[in-house]
Amino acid sequence: MEMETIRELQAYGYAFASVFFALILYGYVYHLYTSKKKGGTDYEKYSNMALNDGLDDTPIEKIEPLQEEKQMRSNK
Amino acid sequence: MQSSNMINYDYSVAKLFTIATIVFGIVGMTIGVLIAFQMAYPELNNLAGEYGTFGRLRPLHTDTVIFGFILSGVWATWYYIGQRVLKVSMAESPFLMILGKLHFWLYILGVVAVVVTLFMGITTSKEYAEFEWPIDIAIVIVWVIWGMSIFGLIGIRREKTLYISVWYYIATFLGVAMLYLFNNMEVPTYLVTGLGDWWHSVSMYAGTNDAMVQWWYGHNAVAFVFTVPIIAMIYYFLPKESGQPIFSYKLSLLSFWGLMFVYLWAGGHHLLYSTVPDWVQTMGSIFSVVLILPSWGSAINMLLTMKGEWQQLKENPLIKFMVLASTFYMFSTLEGPIQAIKSVNALAHFTDWIPGHVHDGTLGWVGFMIIAALLHMAPRMYKREIYSKKLLELQFWLQTTGIVLYFSSMWIAGITQGMMWRATDQYGNLAYSFIDTVTVLHPYYTIRGVGGLFYLVGFFMFAYNFYKTMTASKVIGEEPQSTSPMAA
Ligand code: HEM
Repeated sequence: MEMETIRELQAYGYAFASVFFALILYGYVYHLYTSKKKGGTDYEKYSNMALNDGLDDTPIEKIEPLQEEKQMRSNK
Repeated sequence: MQSSNMINYDYSVAKLFTIATIVFGIVGMTIGVLIAFQMAYPELNNLAGEYGTFGRLRPLHTDTVIFGFILSGVWATWYYIGQRVLKVSMAESPFLMILGKLHFWLYILGVVAVVVTLFMGITTSKEYAEFEWPIDIAIVIVWVIWGMSIFGLIGIRREKTLYISVWYYIATFLGVAMLYLFNNMEVPTYLVTGLGDWWHSVSMYAGTNDAMVQWWYGHNAVAFVFTVPIIAMIYYFLPKESGQPIFSYKLSLLSFWGLMFVYLWAGGHHLLYSTVPDWVQTMGSIFSVVLILPSWGSAINMLLTMKGEWQQLKENPLIKFMVLASTFYMFSTLEGPIQAIKSVNALAHFTDWIPGHVHDGTLGWVGFMIIAALLHMAPRMYKREIYSKKLLELQFWLQTTGIVLYFSSMWIAGITQGMMWRATDQYGNLAYSFIDTVTVLHPYYTIRGVGGLFYLVGFFMFAYNFYKTMTASKVIGEEPQSTSPMAA
């Protein structure tokens, strides 16, 4: 391939990548800051995971252990 | 939770790694102070024959502090934080307990092998990747075990969402795995050609390609060992110790992805004006400048977490260590991008300004954060209060002074050196010979040695304080919710 062509392709690639990643970045920011209003996740509540981290504290979002696991854990 | 009344978090593995952190910290930093004084007083090279020369000891210093002190600190905190934010005890899984202990002991064996071979002068000569192939294989095994520990614990968690620190630990695991494997692709010469010692190898890449892979690795060792897991620590310990939620959890997520994306492209700044393609150099410079954003995103997030609570800075030495750590983080991540600008790097490269930059980051950011983390963990692991607040305050000021002496002397030395190397007379002849620079720099090397010594003495004070905390301090009944208890 000619050097000229390579340079041209590079320039197109560069322009595309810049726009593409800028869109992803701002899209993510937009998602984070509007999610709560739209009834989605309230990200700030996750901060409490560090503050209330005792084994007996209630998880912020609980995972239900599988039935048999539950059995095993309570047998201990 | 009906099951957890009887179980507690199990810190046995965290405790093992804590001790290792302190021991390797002492060893690595002692060697560091010795080689600093060797730069000022070359006779110190002759203390122990070939084993005491700068060339032998320098990789021992870097590898002991990075892979001994820092990695042990990372693992000590992982085995502590991991359980707590996932709300599951390692004691609930005998498999994970065995894995954790195996992780520790295999790692110690690996460290012994590294120390012995480096002292013997066996090295691949790649910076921060000096270990020969048999040790590389051992390291990979240790790393895989850690991965199994992480994902094993995540597998049995009660908390559905992974706290931001866990993301950072996972990134450390994946990042280092990828970098380490690619940079250490090597050909054992004896097995392939029958030549050389059985442990000897050569890199699979040649020339410029080798340099590029090496600094892709080297720079991201900075990312995934000096930065990412340390951010994991501060996102847990600063909120927990101060009792304040993270200023903005959203910002922490955004900075996470920003950091992950940007860091991987910046390694080219170690190879400016070398034989690597021009576009690689330019890309390295540009991504380095962009890197300020995600770095400061995390650091500012930490400082703002203290909003309205700044009196804690005065009252609690642990908060002091952490706030200063994040300030030094901002400092290194401003200085780094400046040094990555081509015209600045033309002056700075190969000079003492570079170790100046390195040690803002490692002593100020990494060292202080690990010290604060272990001290926060101590009362919770040993059920005793911290032995002496006074000693801790003294340590803080001594070490801070040490860091300031270190970087200020290295700035002056580095910039002087760079200017003298490039100075020419009116005919274009070099104005100075190399030895002229050495003479001028001598006082600054001495100051750096003294700064390092201050930091080391502070570290011994920390070790003593920690030992007393483990063994002789007042027993506490209940686990403190936030501020760590300490005796005056
Ligand atoms: C935005 C972040 C950063 C950027 C852009 C950056 C940039 C740089 C540059 C340009 C160099 C000098 C390369 C040379 O001319 O030899 C360097 C060296 C170094 N930096 Fe940074 N830095 C950053 C943050 C940090 C942090 C936070 C640490 C440690 C905690 C650190 C540790 C190091 C180390 C160890 C070296 C020496 C590498 C060698 O052995 O030559 N850097 N960095």
